[in-house]
Amino acid sequence: MAETIDSATLARELADCLVRVGRDRDRGAFARLFAHFAPRVKAYLHRLGSDAGTAEELMQEVMVTVWRRAETYDPQQATAATWLFTVARNKRIDAIRRERRPEIDLNDPALVPETPASADDMVTARQQADRVRQALSRLPEEQRELVVMSFFEERPHSAIAEVTGLPLGTVKSRLRLALGRLRKALREVR
Amino acid sequence: MRVTDEMRQAPVHHVDETMLMAYATGSLPEAESLLVATHLALCPACRGAVETYEALGGDLMEDIEAEAVSPGALEAVLSRLDTGPDPRIERPAADIGDPTLPQPLRGYLGQTLDALPWRPVIRGLHEYDLGIGGARVKMLRIEAGAGMPQHSHEGTEHTLVLSGSYGDTLGTYRRGDVSTTDASVDHRPLAGGEGPCICLTVVDAPLRLTGPLGRFLNPFVRF
Repeated sequence: MAETIDSATLARELADCLVRVGRDRDRGAFARLFAHFAPRVKAYLHRLGSDAGTAEELMQEVMVTVWRRAETYDPQQATAATWLFTVARNKRIDAIRRERRPEIDLNDPALVPETPASADDMVTARQQADRVRQALSRLPEEQRELVVMSFFEERPHSAIAEVTGLPLGTVKSRLRLALGRLRKALREVR
Repeated sequence: MRVTDEMRQAPVHHVDETMLMAYATGSLPEAESLLVATHLALCPACRGAVETYEALGGDLMEDIEAEAVSPGALEAVLSRLDTGPDPRIERPAADIGDPTLPQPLRGYLGQTLDALPWRPVIRGLHEYDLGIGGARVKMLRIEAGAGMPQHSHEGTEHTLVLSGSYGDTLGTYRRGDVSTTDASVDHRPLAGGEGPCICLTVVDAPLRLTGPLGRFLNPFVRF
């Protein structure tokens, strides 16, 4: 239980720092974010196949982008960790794959808004992250492995096929099953 | 054209869950990502799923075994930080293109549907190649009530309806709906009568015409 309280406090602190960077251009808050996230971002990039030197270089790019884009961070929408994850992911697509990442525009008049019913079960970003973590831990080991590998492999489906010895088509249906189970677990932890 | 209430109906046919996941993890190629993101603009349910997977990515990055950064990395980064707001954060530009086309597709096309250099393919069908990832991403315009020749697919084809509708043996597809077909599907889509059916389509291999006329046309038609 103590751990949960600690991680909630930490999450709040990191979100605060990110807000202060965006609003006040606070270098102290940025240094705090750097201390926490830079080693994690580097490890993430390394695990996705960049060598240590490239991972270090890209990590620094990610952190510069964090500074530049912090004013777009909305603590209602995402935890600092989730937001950092999306920045690191996008930097990788840009730098390694040299592709654009098509994204929606939340102010687009053509965007179909949420129905009032779905807006009803709005939870805080922090609660959402906790629930997802719990839902993942409820999956059988094998399915959890598939989901985790999806995040840390450049070509996840082929990598999973190689490790598990399953044909590519089966990998997709297994992953689909695992994701269905994850969504179900997510509804149960509400 | 304006966005009407009818255009705000949430879709019924969705993108495959593994594609949403791949979009969230960042492993989905740009071609498929454009289709997924355009569907997301029209589908609150799938937006929720992607947010879930991104939250999962945040959790997993928190739990990762951290790796020491080079000494002096913080100083190196601090020396690169400017003090003002980022001039590169996109400010809304004068909007071009059809307001009924959701972003990011509207930006990729950069002009109205009428102004696109449509290329006639067969009677009742025009296409426009967006030039992403080879000839994998196209806009299709099927005239109201027109039928497509019977065909199946070498690989997988994803089709997102943007206006009008079409039907085949699998169902009826309207704005925001996505249909995914592979080699097991041999179909003859028919556009609805309400107006031209505009679609965004992504293929990972060419179509194969299977009807009697199709077999003759195959060598000539590049879908």
